[in-house]
Amino acid sequence: MPITVEHVTHFLTVAAELIHAYRDELTSLDAAIGDADHGANLDRGFAAVIARLPTVADKDIGTVLKTTGMTIVSTVGGASGPLYGTAFVRAGMALADRHEMSAEDVVLALEAALDGIVARGKAQPGEKTMVDALVPAIEALRAALADGRSLTRAVQAAAAAAAAGAQATIPMLAMKGRASYLGERSIGHQDPGATSTAYLLRALAMTCSRNEEEA
Amino acid sequence: MIGLLIVSHSARLAEGVQEFVGQIGGDQIPVVAAGGASDGSLGTSVERILAGLEQLRAADGILALVDLGSAVMSVETALEHFSGPPVQISNAPLVEGAYLAAVEASNAEATLDQVAAAALQARELMKVYE
Repeated sequence: MPITVEHVTHFLTVAAELIHAYRDELTSLDAAIGDADHGANLDRGFAAVIARLPTVADKDIGTVLKTTGMTIVSTVGGASGPLYGTAFVRAGMALADRHEMSAEDVVLALEAALDGIVARGKAQPGEKTMVDALVPAIEALRAALADGRSLTRAVQAAAAAAAAGAQATIPMLAMKGRASYLGERSIGHQDPGATSTAYLLRALAMTCSRNEEEA
Repeated sequence: MIGLLIVSHSARLAEGVQEFVGQIGGDQIPVVAAGGASDGSLGTSVERILAGLEQLRAADGILALVDLGSAVMSVETALEHFSGPPVQISNAPLVEGAYLAAVEASNAEATLDQVAAAALQARELMKVYE
């Protein structure tokens, strides 16, 4: 079954719900090694995205994702605004004018999102950033699809890899962003950006699972 | 004429740097403050930065001076939506960099490269002598 605009907007709705539910956790992770605004910022950004979704409901997938990115850029004042904003805009550019997408297109969109985050933040794996959740997620997704697993199973594997990736940031020394100013004191804390990335992947897995049940 | 864009997480800090730098050039050097998030809270705003760049559109070049964290990424994101004079983002500390940039920019013939180089000298500025 191909993925349609309805599935994409469903994913964004679930993502907004998850971010809202974990808002305080994300903010307290950020309080430990950043500026204590990650949960509140993302919650505001995704709430604005949900408010904008009806205006693009009849558009293509690329337009929905690009609108999501631009809304995040204009409403999120922390580093996650330019980072997630660029990620969604790039994913939208990769799926421009498309009304349907395949499992391979999910990989393509996530790779474009990762390229956007790396281009904007210049982070490499191991530097205690959202890259440390997204890179293992894409690897797990690709490996599962290559093994012939369904998209739902593959995205579940990606979400699990992202969560493990976020947890693996705990012993890392922060090399980018506000946490890097803390030096050694950043060690021992889970990165808030990697954590929110893991929630977005979980939202994707929840969306796929629900669609599979309904199918 | 080179314009200076002051980008800080704090709107008041950006305005303070603008005021401080204004002491050098008076109203000769175009200096625009683009601080704070869209709602005025602590943070940076791509929209505010873009509006600041637009205000400096008449300049021959724009040097953006930033504090830290998301400031650089927000300026870079804004630049993807700006097609005006060339813009450079300075690696200089905000206050000292803006000050030295303004000194250089007070020469109306100074190029963007020259103003950017002057700002970077702030990294080696001595304040306390042995």
